[in-house]
Amino acid sequence: MAKIVTQTKSCTVNPLRMSQPLGAALAFMGLRNAMPLLHGSQGCTSFGLVLFVRHFRESIPMQTTAMSEVATVLGGFENVEQAIVNIVGRTKPDVIGICTTGVTEIKGDDLDGFIKVVRGNHPELANVALVPVSTPDFKGAFEDGFAATVAKIVDVLVEGPAPGAARDPAKLNVLAGSHLTPGDIDELRDIIEAFGLVPTFLPDISGSLDGHLPDDFTPTTHGGVSVAEVAAMGRAGHTLALGEQMRKAAAALEAKAGVPFTLLQRLTGLAASDELVATLAKISGRPVPQKYRRQRSQLVDAMLDGHFYFGGKQIAIGAEPDMLLNIGGWLADMGCSVAAAVTTTNSPALAQVPSDEVLIGDLEDLETRAEDCDLLVTHSHGRQASERLGVPLFRVGIPMFDRLGAAHQVAVGYRGTRDLIFAIGNLFIANIKEPDVDAWRSAAVDPDQVDAPATAH
Amino acid sequence: MSRLADKIQDVFNEPGCATNQVKSEKQRKKGCSKPLQPGGAAGGCAFDGAKIALQPIVDVAHLVHGPIACEGSSWDNRGVKSSGSKLYRTGFTTDMSENDVVFGGEKRLFRSIREIIAKYDPPAVFVYQTCVPAMMGDDIVAVCKVAAEKFGKPCIPIIAPGFVGPKNLGNKLAGEAMLDYVIGTQEPEVTTPYDINIIGEYNVAGELWQVKPPLDELGIRILSCLSGDARYHEVAQSHRARAAMMVCSTAMINVARKMEERYGIPYFEGSFYGISDTSESLRQIARLLIARGADPELMDRVEALIAREEAKAWAAIKAYTPRLEGKKVLLITGGVKSWSVVLALQEAGLTIVGTSVKKSTKEDKERLKEMSPDVHLIDDLRPREMYKMLKEAQADIMLSGGRSQFVALKARMPWMDINQERSYAYCGYVGIVEMVRQIDKALSNPIWDQVRSAPPWEEVTWEARADAANAADAAQSAAAAMPAARVA
Repeated sequence: MAKIVTQTKSCTVNPLRMSQPLGAALAFMGLRNAMPLLHGSQGCTSFGLVLFVRHFRESIPMQTTAMSEVATVLGGFENVEQAIVNIVGRTKPDVIGICTTGVTEIKGDDLDGFIKVVRGNHPELANVALVPVSTPDFKGAFEDGFAATVAKIVDVLVEGPAPGAARDPAKLNVLAGSHLTPGDIDELRDIIEAFGLVPTFLPDISGSLDGHLPDDFTPTTHGGVSVAEVAAMGRAGHTLALGEQMRKAAAALEAKAGVPFTLLQRLTGLAASDELVATLAKISGRPVPQKYRRQRSQLVDAMLDGHFYFGGKQIAIGAEPDMLLNIGGWLADMGCSVAAAVTTTNSPALAQVPSDEVLIGDLEDLETRAEDCDLLVTHSHGRQASERLGVPLFRVGIPMFDRLGAAHQVAVGYRGTRDLIFAIGNLFIANIKEPDVDAWRSAAVDPDQVDAPATAH
Repeated sequence: MSRLADKIQDVFNEPGCATNQVKSEKQRKKGCSKPLQPGGAAGGCAFDGAKIALQPIVDVAHLVHGPIACEGSSWDNRGVKSSGSKLYRTGFTTDMSENDVVFGGEKRLFRSIREIIAKYDPPAVFVYQTCVPAMMGDDIVAVCKVAAEKFGKPCIPIIAPGFVGPKNLGNKLAGEAMLDYVIGTQEPEVTTPYDINIIGEYNVAGELWQVKPPLDELGIRILSCLSGDARYHEVAQSHRARAAMMVCSTAMINVARKMEERYGIPYFEGSFYGISDTSESLRQIARLLIARGADPELMDRVEALIAREEAKAWAAIKAYTPRLEGKKVLLITGGVKSWSVVLALQEAGLTIVGTSVKKSTKEDKERLKEMSPDVHLIDDLRPREMYKMLKEAQADIMLSGGRSQFVALKARMPWMDINQERSYAYCGYVGIVEMVRQIDKALSNPIWDQVRSAPPWEEVTWEARADAANAADAAQSAAAAMPAARVA
């Protein structure tokens, strides 16, 4: 059980955390033909836009209610109404996701109430779904905003089952947390379909942010799960909730439509992948396909080949709770020790992180704690600490702006875990210090340097 | 807040601005930017603009007073370079919590300044106001004053919360903070008749360093740049310069003009983009310095340097002409920032087929028509139309900011970044050659034929579909003409 500690200093230095509205915007981007709308100053949207563009290397649909100082003080109803009307006029979306920000929360703008009035004033907007979500950026983090949004989408868009209507046992809802990449979702889809199940991912950023060439340029998301598909989720036989953050949405779906759920906190590692595959076998009533038996065997082999390099390594991780538990838990499975764990917000997942302590803090905290570590695992903003400490950095999470392929980094299932062993194992190998006579002389003092087979050259 | 409102009015009232001079009193009060349209706006806020303008001061701790939204997703994300301290790349924020929102954030701000000074010992702390504390009424001017007295370090309030306006206004408010609290607060150890300020240059991708060698060779010293690769003390001492060059005219004209008023430093508006503009800027610098007492022989040396460097640069560009001749460029920027870039592109054989004129003046548009009669002047190019234009191959390459990057790439068109996130430097005589080299590199990459090819199993490509549609149209009009011909 990790002890959860909150940083007490006043000044955050080199933030790890990002704000709730951005997590909310990402969740809305997993809906088809959607436009996320941040209710705040135009800067709130513009910063988020730049962040996502650099991470995904894609055009990003995101709009703003462009609140001025005066509008903020007087209340933002008119801006919200105008924004909705303008967005519908310009981009014809199926759904607009409206997220509050710090200023509009302080003012106390009531989005649910606003939308009722907008609905009354504009009957012509009846076929556009409007989903408001409260995401003040002075509390919580990206993951919280994402989770709240998925729960709200379930609440607003999922239809309760018609009385007497039969469930479709082949249909499986998959609530995908913010720690999953488009590549992860594609991989999970393949695995689920191999069991004859038909998954509906919510949100599904694999369709919208996977970097593909659309046939035409649309200013909204080109891909993702449709409003109709979300509405039909109440008729599925079962729900898989991926990540602790999805518990609330899964519970909402169960309460609303009676769909039972299974929550998988982790998806990386042998035991976690076994649990995923066994769950799918149980839900579908089918045997595990040969392909995945083979992949499991490959993963076991990769663990055997790789464990030399992972054993005894000290790791410093800075990530949001679900990512931290998933990656940290897996590294511990491989024989590493999570010497420093820094995260962004509180979560029931944190207690299970295999570390003495989890600190809700920033990258300055991580840097201080990472001094004697062998590997730094965090998003691209860890690059300065990595340089200063001379400790290699493995990039996970958002933002990843200084490497290609952020959307297609896969870390789930047998194959994802196998490839992750290779990627991180190779980083360890590249950083092996070649033994020389002095190394042997000092070996008694610092035995770590010579305990791995030296195959770096 | 009334103090800020006055400041904004003062900035709007800029007499140094040519556009402003022709406006009526009432128009002027409304400010320079169109009101933002909810649901149709794009672009940064005033805080963003203030940060862009000042963050290039490399040894200062830039502390953002606000919730995590303002700094959490935007720190260390600009490609401005430093020749020394890297402190400007550290993200400092008070990261206001719900508690601070209820009880006020001033105490946390004060403690944050104390922590920064204890841990990082910067020559100054810049404190940026944002929307949430501005709305709550946190008095950052007072906190900065108390902190400065208590810790014996300049603490500078930068009051440009996001909701007061767009990025451009933030640039100017940042400049006002420098005028009010920094410029003129320190004295340089030595001054020379060859000391200049460069205002509005941020050293993106190291562009300042492309123009530094010729200045060094001429013995012209950059006393202070506002704000590329600058140190706090340089800005504080900048009032002793003999002349100033204002690079990005809309950003900090208020600083240039007020420094002329207060310290008698004459300025001119110039650019280091393109060969002729670079030469003209060097001449202007020399002219102003000579007028203020520098040895007139400076001009001879300037002319000699210009002759040598221009010949070199034109020759280097000419070498690309055979490869670039006739290639069509779509130039999308906020406005036509530099005529000499257009000139250089033309010298390299490129044709400008379209350019955005959203922020350009009437004279700009006329001049452009003169230079390039067939050019499309595009007022508000929506992404969808841009995409169509590129896909129909009305241009061979698009030069634009990162925002429209993927419009071009998704249409399988070469694209080059010419905005502030760019990773290559395009300033001075070497920079423009580099720009042409990059265009050539983009155009000549062998991927274009590959990415445009249809998969072997695909029966109809979009090009084929377009051809077929055109053919059908042609056939139809031919058929319509046919009966008439028969009768005749």
